[in-house]
Amino acid sequence: MKLILAAFLLGATPAMADWAETLAEARGQTVYWNAWGGDPRTNAFIEWVSARTEAEFGVSVQQVKLSDTAEAVARVRAEKAAGQIEGGAVDLVWINGPNFMAMKDEALLHGPFVAGLPNAAGVDLSEGAAATLDFTVPVEGMEAPWRLAKFVFAHDSARAPEPPRSMAGFVDWAKAHPGRMTHPNPANFMGATFLKQALVELAPDRAALAAPATDAAFGAQTAPLWQWYDALRPHLWREGAAYPENESVQAQLLNDGEVDIAMFFDPAAPAALIAQGVLPETVRVFVPDAGTIGNISFVAIPFDAAHRAGAEVVANFLLSPEAQAQMQNIEVLGSYSVLDPARLDDAAKAAFAALPTAPALPRLEDLGATLPEPHPSWMTRLTEEWAKRYTP
Amino acid sequence: MSLDLVDVTVAPSGGASLFAPVSASVRAGQCLCLIGPSGRGKSTLLSMIGGHLPRGLTGAGQVVLNGRSLVPLPAEARRVGLLFQDAPLFPHLSVGDNLAFGLAGHVSGRSARRAAISDALSQAGLTGFETRDPATLSGGQRVRVALMRALLAEPEAVLLDEPFSRLDVALRAEIRSFLLAHIRARGIPAVLVSHDPEDADVADHVLTLAPWGASQ
Amino acid sequence: MIWLRLLLAGGIVAPVLAGLVLTLAMALRPEASGFAVAGIATSLRLTLVTGVGATLLSVGLSVPLSLWLLPKARARAWLAPFLAVPHATLALGLAFLIAPSGWLVRLVWPLDLPPAIVTVGDPWGLSLMLGLVLKEVPFLTLVTLAAAAQHLLEAHFAAGQSLGYPRSQIWRQVVWPMLYPALRLPVFITLAFSLSVVDMALLLGPSHPPTLAVQILRLFTATDPDARFAAARLAIGLLLVTGGAVAVWRGAEVVTARLLLNRLRKGMRRVPRGAGGAAIGVSGLILGGAAVLVLALWSVARRWPFPAVLPEQMTFVGWQQLVWAQTAGETLLIGLAATVISLVLALIWLEAEDRSGSRMRGGALIVITPLLLPQISFLQGVAQGFLWLGVPAGRMAVIWAEILFVFPYVMIAITGPWRAMDAQQLAAAASLGAGPMRRFWRVKLSLMLRPLLTAAAIGFAVSCAQFLAVLLPGAGRVQTLATEAVALASGADRRLSALYGLVLALLPLLAYGLALGVPAWVHRDRRGMRGER
Repeated sequence: MKLILAAFLLGATPAMADWAETLAEARGQTVYWNAWGGDPRTNAFIEWVSARTEAEFGVSVQQVKLSDTAEAVARVRAEKAAGQIEGGAVDLVWINGPNFMAMKDEALLHGPFVAGLPNAAGVDLSEGAAATLDFTVPVEGMEAPWRLAKFVFAHDSARAPEPPRSMAGFVDWAKAHPGRMTHPNPANFMGATFLKQALVELAPDRAALAAPATDAAFGAQTAPLWQWYDALRPHLWREGAAYPENESVQAQLLNDGEVDIAMFFDPAAPAALIAQGVLPETVRVFVPDAGTIGNISFVAIPFDAAHRAGAEVVANFLLSPEAQAQMQNIEVLGSYSVLDPARLDDAAKAAFAALPTAPALPRLEDLGATLPEPHPSWMTRLTEEWAKRYTP
Repeated sequence: MSLDLVDVTVAPSGGASLFAPVSASVRAGQCLCLIGPSGRGKSTLLSMIGGHLPRGLTGAGQVVLNGRSLVPLPAEARRVGLLFQDAPLFPHLSVGDNLAFGLAGHVSGRSARRAAISDALSQAGLTGFETRDPATLSGGQRVRVALMRALLAEPEAVLLDEPFSRLDVALRAEIRSFLLAHIRARGIPAVLVSHDPEDADVADHVLTLAPWGASQ
Repeated sequence: MIWLRLLLAGGIVAPVLAGLVLTLAMALRPEASGFAVAGIATSLRLTLVTGVGATLLSVGLSVPLSLWLLPKARARAWLAPFLAVPHATLALGLAFLIAPSGWLVRLVWPLDLPPAIVTVGDPWGLSLMLGLVLKEVPFLTLVTLAAAAQHLLEAHFAAGQSLGYPRSQIWRQVVWPMLYPALRLPVFITLAFSLSVVDMALLLGPSHPPTLAVQILRLFTATDPDARFAAARLAIGLLLVTGGAVAVWRGAEVVTARLLLNRLRKGMRRVPRGAGGAAIGVSGLILGGAAVLVLALWSVARRWPFPAVLPEQMTFVGWQQLVWAQTAGETLLIGLAATVISLVLALIWLEAEDRSGSRMRGGALIVITPLLLPQISFLQGVAQGFLWLGVPAGRMAVIWAEILFVFPYVMIAITGPWRAMDAQQLAAAASLGAGPMRRFWRVKLSLMLRPLLTAAAIGFAVSCAQFLAVLLPGAGRVQTLATEAVALASGADRRLSALYGLVLALLPLLAYGLALGVPAWVHRDRRGMRGER
């Protein structure tokens, strides 16, 4: 309603007319949002989104809970292989990095569509801004940002009061506390991020990581990483013979007292998990002094999406100050907003300022610098190389 | 009105008939008693007449009931009633529903059907047994209900496969005369398979099944 | 029966064959060869050790257990709930039970930090084998007892005992080998299942590297487009491995039979060993019961940190919020649809056989084939085939895929009682003028009520337990309790996965309860219908 009214007041520009058309087409549609389903809070947030878009635009959202985003990519790929060009099963997909690169390269995506979203005005889309790059791959309007992610560690401050201050420092810490830390399997995104975090700190030439990984560059830049990892691995949980499947399973291990350190791609996650009773109240966030890598989570629309208009309406709603403040609320999701604070009006600013806090919720200034993600090819290669080296 | 058998034989596939060809004629209201040692195929001959031959057995010859040839007809179209040894009733239906299952379709209307059933039960001396569980009946009661069920279907002939053999001797005579009286009253032919010489005594004809190869 | 053949060919045979052919076609693509999969030799070894090991153990344990249960009709009733509990539920509960920080350790461990032992996900696959054994022993035991019911065994026991042999030895050396031909197919089903199980392997098995089946699933859903060709190649490999394992097992049967015979010829009387079966039965019951109990506790826990034996704080929010209700509804819907269609198909088949007076040739093969093939070696192909047929990924595709596995169990469960139906009752009905239709509706279905509902409960339980048949043809659009429970197990909130796992077990248990209760109620005044199988 508000949007239609705004379009009316501002005088209908062609873009606004298009959007009114999209809204009209979207009404009554059910959007199948393929999103990793391992986090009940995210699932609940998506249900809230569905209720809101249903009320406001007549668009309902049905979450397709994935255990891995690659499932959705495989699905769309199979549809394309079967010659399907419309009525696809996936309408909207929560996507990042290699999955985005794969879908973009194989022309599996609809777009560019981001510039057409009215709420995209609240995002900094100037050249080189965080929301224009996904793991150094130019977004080019093919996916819309929706939540900010920054890699952090968490420790149980009661059992392990002095966590390491740098990636290099993990080796000494692990030696002193054998079996008390691990990382998710690098086949999983979070496990790979742990290796990437170490790579960013240990690589001789950090700038080389922004370019696609060549054999030579990969060899040169990762040599110190493997040295570091060979020193670390014998002191890991189960002596590095097994790894938790993902960060959530590692959080379970932290709660069970099997390890003292966990890692998340969301600074608010530990506080949220404490509030649910899933983690001990003594868990706190820590980051290496040099900072951690961060990125923005996106949603994309497959080329053959059955409910493309509805998907655009949902992507647009996700960028509204209402949705972003709801998302940043620690009691809801606790994911940091992707909106540019400078572009918020006073009402939106007040909404963000009024959000509740928690003891385990880090202050922005404690999180340190946000380091750029390496080019996705580095992650793929890191994962493969790790599997080759360390799979029995 | 009669049931006529002409050169009837039953053989397992590829084998010789179980018994020598049977020819007989049973008039309305009469009872033919089949006797012969066990395993000769008395019950099989009944199955042949009733249309219940199991897989692997093939019948030959003519079975004619009131001028209709029965052989090409399925069992349900032959209008031949059947009473087994032990006279089992449908265990999942009440006594009344067992009778209702048998009662001919042309008796229509709920009250007419109900009346026909209660009438049949009182003829059997079982007034008010409609809702009884068949498993709670005595052997003699069961035989009487089974006969009533068979007669309510308005058969043109009745086959009895040793229906008294499990009853004690005292009861046997009573049930036997009950059965024969009802069958005679209906004026339909009956065939009775038996081991009991007393059964043969009350029958109108007696036929001994001869082994295959023996002359009649 | 031509139309019946067409129905079965189109509904069951064609999807399986097409699934195999499509998987094979993918496997033969050149892209498949260029894809390196780390640790594949270890995966293969793990698959063989856990699959063959679990089957051997299950068969071995079912021998004394079934002897113990042979005279105990009441104790036997405990097997049905075990069969009803889906693999995912048992695996989840077992994981909570035997983890280094699990319930068993909490009961005895004095320190604040869990011991550095390796249990769930152990690199040898022992936890996975334990889970499989716990699920397969009841199945094989029940099959053994059913086979034993076909023989007059007491005469054999009496003869043997009069010659001075204890019952346990007569059972192991004479009677059980006599029953084995009837057990062979169930053993092969167990073998094929254990070699290719995915949900249990995800929850209990090693992950680095995982078993072949899990590795194949990972590759089918990997980002790299070439990975699925490699997955198809491995899937065909798993098919060959399964075929090889069955062949080797067949050979080992001959050798074992000879060894047994040699021992028998020595005429040695052994000391009776009676406690074995009781010990296996009771420990299995305790382990399974504890696994379900710990799930129930987790489902109402709020905080449950390590050394605490019981949750620190309890909450029923998870149950009250009914988050699970929609998934439970979906599971129920799919289960009912797959079961009803399978039941109707089975009835059509059996009734058509009755009317034609002959058995369908090759029927057993149609029934048994989907159970003897590793699911992952053809289900991805089945999903692909559905897509080409215009059946979109979703509920319909899942129901169809599940029928491939539900129908065989329904058919097996109903065939025996159906063919044992009292022919006199049917002859009596015919002599009263009841044609085939009336005989079918009024007599056969009523007489078969209990076996029909039992078969339906078995079919429903099989449907509830399906994991791959939901995951692959459903393309993630369809979530059942089994897929949700497994997916949530890799989330942070153990309470939620416990809740889903528990509801997952409750549905089939309810179905078994109805299968017992409904005929008892319908036939409450019919003594002749009680005690019938």
